[in-house]
Amino acid sequence: MKDYDVIIIGAGVSGCAIARELAKGKLRIAVLEAKSDVCEGTSKANSGIVHAGYDAVPGTLKAKLNVRGNEMMEELSKKLDFPFRRNGSLVLCFEEDGMPGLEELYRRGIENGVKELKLLSPEEVWAMEPAISRNIVRALYAPTGGIVCPFGLNIALAENAAENGVEFYRDHKVTAIVEQRPVWTEKPPAKEGRMYQVQVDGEIFEAPIVINAAGVYADEIHNMICEEKIRIVPRRGEYRLMDKNCGDLVNSTIFQQPSKMGKGILVTPTVHGNLLVGPTAEDIPDKQDVDTTAEGLAKVLNLGSNSVDALDGRQTITSFAGLRAHLVHEDPAEKSDFLIEEAAGHPGFIDVAGIESPGLTSAPAIGEYVAQIVENIYPAERKADFVDTRKGIPSMALATEEEREALIRENPAFANVICRCELVTEGEILSAIHRLVGATTLDGVKRRTRAGMGRCQAGFCSPKTLEILSRELHLDPAQITKEGTGSEILTGKNKDTAPGEGGTWKRTQEPGGKEALHE
Amino acid sequence: MSKRTEDIVIIGGGPAGLAAALSARKAGCEKVLILERDRELGGILNQCIHNGFGLHTFKEELTGPEYAERYIDMAEEAKIPYMLNTMVTNISLRSDGRKKVTAMNKEDGLLEIETETVILAMGCRERSRGALNIPGSRPAGIYSAGTAQYYVNIRGRMPGKNVVILGSGDIGLIMARRMVLEGAKVQCVAELRPQSGGLKRNIVQCLDDFNIPLYLNTTVAQIHGRDRVEGVTLTKVDDNGKPIPGSEWEVPCDTLLLSCGLIPENELTRGLGADMDGKTGGPVVGENLECSIPGVFACGNVLHVHELVDHVSAEAEKAGNYAVEYIRQKRG
Repeated sequence: MKDYDVIIIGAGVSGCAIARELAKGKLRIAVLEAKSDVCEGTSKANSGIVHAGYDAVPGTLKAKLNVRGNEMMEELSKKLDFPFRRNGSLVLCFEEDGMPGLEELYRRGIENGVKELKLLSPEEVWAMEPAISRNIVRALYAPTGGIVCPFGLNIALAENAAENGVEFYRDHKVTAIVEQRPVWTEKPPAKEGRMYQVQVDGEIFEAPIVINAAGVYADEIHNMICEEKIRIVPRRGEYRLMDKNCGDLVNSTIFQQPSKMGKGILVTPTVHGNLLVGPTAEDIPDKQDVDTTAEGLAKVLNLGSNSVDALDGRQTITSFAGLRAHLVHEDPAEKSDFLIEEAAGHPGFIDVAGIESPGLTSAPAIGEYVAQIVENIYPAERKADFVDTRKGIPSMALATEEEREALIRENPAFANVICRCELVTEGEILSAIHRLVGATTLDGVKRRTRAGMGRCQAGFCSPKTLEILSRELHLDPAQITKEGTGSEILTGKNKDTAPGEGGTWKRTQEPGGKEALHE
Repeated sequence: MSKRTEDIVIIGGGPAGLAAALSARKAGCEKVLILERDRELGGILNQCIHNGFGLHTFKEELTGPEYAERYIDMAEEAKIPYMLNTMVTNISLRSDGRKKVTAMNKEDGLLEIETETVILAMGCRERSRGALNIPGSRPAGIYSAGTAQYYVNIRGRMPGKNVVILGSGDIGLIMARRMVLEGAKVQCVAELRPQSGGLKRNIVQCLDDFNIPLYLNTTVAQIHGRDRVEGVTLTKVDDNGKPIPGSEWEVPCDTLLLSCGLIPENELTRGLGADMDGKTGGPVVGENLECSIPGVFACGNVLHVHELVDHVSAEAEKAGNYAVEYIRQKRG
């Protein structure tokens, strides 16, 4: 049995932000992640937007944590060295009928404390963003809106948490939680607490504080011990990622005013210079269903074109779908909000559930907020030696000539280009593998370095990356996976089986027309 | 930063680069340098272990590596210098019309090469799943045919056991046969268009001889499987390539290989500011294979996708000659 002060279930952006924040105290912390890497669920497939905060209903946690998260993001991006840009966002309104809705957003924004909000005329919008449709009547401009690399943020938080002593257990899917009560915690202020045994495939992790940050699975974790059940419905969103050729079509993030036509599709540059268009919104029954659909991808393009006429579907380099963890409220009148609180009747069990948009933006604030809840029930002394900063993987693509030379001097592997499209070198991949909470899969390398994210989509570099992973992790190439067990890239060696193995293949005619031997 | 000066820098040591280097040397140019990003010369030919190469150039039938070896031997004999594992990151035009090629490798670090002319011979890449916009899940088991060919023919590893191939270009056809010979089962080859884009002999020798069905007017409508491909939905398409509702059928498989077209790799060419040809995907060139930037020549698949390597060699030979002629004229 492994015992900790805090067990966090889920290494998505919320779980990792909480882990980092709690690591400021003298606490023994474990993060249990079901998947093979951090940032594998909702956190990896979203819009990468740092919302300004005019969307959420005033008074909700969403509103509060959104605005706070937005304020924290810039400084955090400097401390933890991940890509963030405050590019501003625009909400386009296409018809006079939509004006009350747009003005409502403006009022909400003011009430939520969003700074510098402005309503713009079409001319003002076009002056800023010439590619925007001529069919707009007005737009809401929020200069504080931004974009972030979702992987960059999540991984930076994880690495920095690990640097400060947090232990990460990947491929650790929680199968049961047993609550032992009553237990009196020894720590002051003495308070009745519980001890939770979190089971993972026969292994037991024990702690008085358990934080449920399991994304779309947060209901399953919650329902393992709580009498009052919750339900999370995965809400799927499909996206198209476009070539860097069109990455500068717009500078700001372009939203559409929600209307009868639906919630709207956003068009935004990414921090890496691509263009991202999406998402659709569709409630689905299966929490693993991140399939894209022909209809969804067509819709993304069609609706996106309402904002930016020049969108060109042929520039799509990949498409993907992500799941938002939508918490279903039994009372439909209840405002949709994050559920972040100690579960009733289960002291020390803290839910962080229903973290849908603006979850990514809110993540740093969710970390703070949850740390405060923990502090109230399980106070810990501050660590004097907390490391506040983290250095990311150097990027040869972004480095200046002098920086490139310095990197190569330090390690010549920085001159060995592996991914030609994104200019990622062996040096960067080695760093991704060997740092704390390092990459063990092709997708893990991709999210940390961008190897394979370019226009050839890993056609050339994946065999090379696989080779490096196999060499560095001392694994046979056949053991290297795309994204964890079951997603092995290779299935065996040549001629492991007879030609055409599988039973139905029969050669009826020898090449050259001779009669064939069956079987 | 190590610096050097050349007369001709050839970017790419595949069939185009090798033939261009040899002809330039024959035409009397001493200062030729080949920059190759891979660990050996020969380019994609090294993984094309099937035969059918060289009927025009050598009047005999060779495998890809054999064809490459002939040129590599000639280049070695002519003592043409080359650098391996060397990636060119930029080409720029200087005010005096000379070019600056920036590259890097483990031995030399950053390299800056000043040169009179550049011959672009970077080849092409395969169209990816994302560019094809095939809906469905994103599991392991989806590879471009060329990537699969690398795993099988160079690494001796199988990327799958039960295969569907989308696209009947030559690489797809060749890989259908190869996968069968190495132990896999190939369910079918699906082709969006009403006819195959591959050579007739490949359809006969790679599909017909192995009883692999070729479904024309057919594409993949959906990919299934969470961690690994578990199957694909195929669908018939109409004359515009649009799926015909109701015509779908499921094919269980663990691997989908894509052979849906090649795209000349012209990132460097675009970076240099050369005019591009929307049809071929290569730079616009005159009869002498010179781009809109004087002294920059292009040949092989970077210019347009060729059916036969023999044609690549012939074209590249001309590019080498024209580059030498350019230098002569320039120097009076």
